[in-house]
Amino acid sequence: MKEIITQTWSWWFSGAMIASIMFFLLYFGQSFGFSSNLRTICAAAGLGKKTKFFDFNWKAQLWNIVFLLGSIIGGYIASNYLSTGGPVEISASTIEDLGKMGIAAPTSLQPNELFSWEAVFSLKGFLILAFGGLMVGFGSRYAGGCTSGHAISGLSNLQLPSLIAVIGFFIGGLLMTHLIMPFIL
Amino acid sequence: MKFLKFLLLGIVFGIVMAKSEAISWFRIQEMFRFQAFHMYGIIGTAVTLGVIGVALIKKFKIRDFHGNPILFFPKDKSVTRYLIGGTIFGLGWALSGACPGPMVVNIGYGFLSMIVVFFFAIVGTYLYGVFMKKLPH
Repeated sequence: MKEIITQTWSWWFSGAMIASIMFFLLYFGQSFGFSSNLRTICAAAGLGKKTKFFDFNWKAQLWNIVFLLGSIIGGYIASNYLSTGGPVEISASTIEDLGKMGIAAPTSLQPNELFSWEAVFSLKGFLILAFGGLMVGFGSRYAGGCTSGHAISGLSNLQLPSLIAVIGFFIGGLLMTHLIMPFIL
Repeated sequence: MKFLKFLLLGIVFGIVMAKSEAISWFRIQEMFRFQAFHMYGIIGTAVTLGVIGVALIKKFKIRDFHGNPILFFPKDKSVTRYLIGGTIFGLGWALSGACPGPMVVNIGYGFLSMIVVFFFAIVGTYLYGVFMKKLPH
């Protein structure tokens, strides 16, 4: 029984759980969209005084901020009580491809080359994390949603804009992975 | 108390994202290299069940727990903003290996360097708010 919990959860169970979370949020009168929190945080920080986009009743979005806080707790629980701390078992071909870019085989969930403090405090490592975050934040608001809002909620509702956005996610992801990353890593 | 249910849902979300390894940079790389089914299985299952469930909600006009109808508001019709915005998002997703949800789950998991990524995601959202009028939508 313990192994079932500590091993990697199956794609079908995980996918079903994500759909369930979306339906619970709908049942509670809300919708599943995580990146809205970034806009809410800007509004709560008072940036609405100068920028109209952040001048809205952000307190109506507090439920989503609570959801965000819960997900941090969830990550903590998963790490401390539900995991053995083993490496991600990605495919051999991915390990080989990443090796060519100087990323060693996994020893945990994340590569040390990008997320260790040593990396964060190097100029290149810092810029990678900063630009990565910047593009996710800018792009998700420009596109009107992220993976949860477009790929899960939007596609579930068969919305064409969400399909276009998801195609965009993949254009960007493939460009970065295959064309840009080999030069910057 | 009205927030407790959202806290619990968030906790479940965080656990699922971590235990499915969807928060792992390695998994995102594997996905964008088409070298495993795992991430496609997660998203595919969620969307398949989502399509069925949303269709049922509409067909049977299911109401939420307040008694209000569950409504779906279509996004504005456009191609430009979704394609360009989506592409910029994808560039960042592949580079940092995390979309907004997984960023904060990673922080809880103990990868505190994700705070840098998350902070700059907020900055990115701010920059969009400042320059949105000048961008093609």
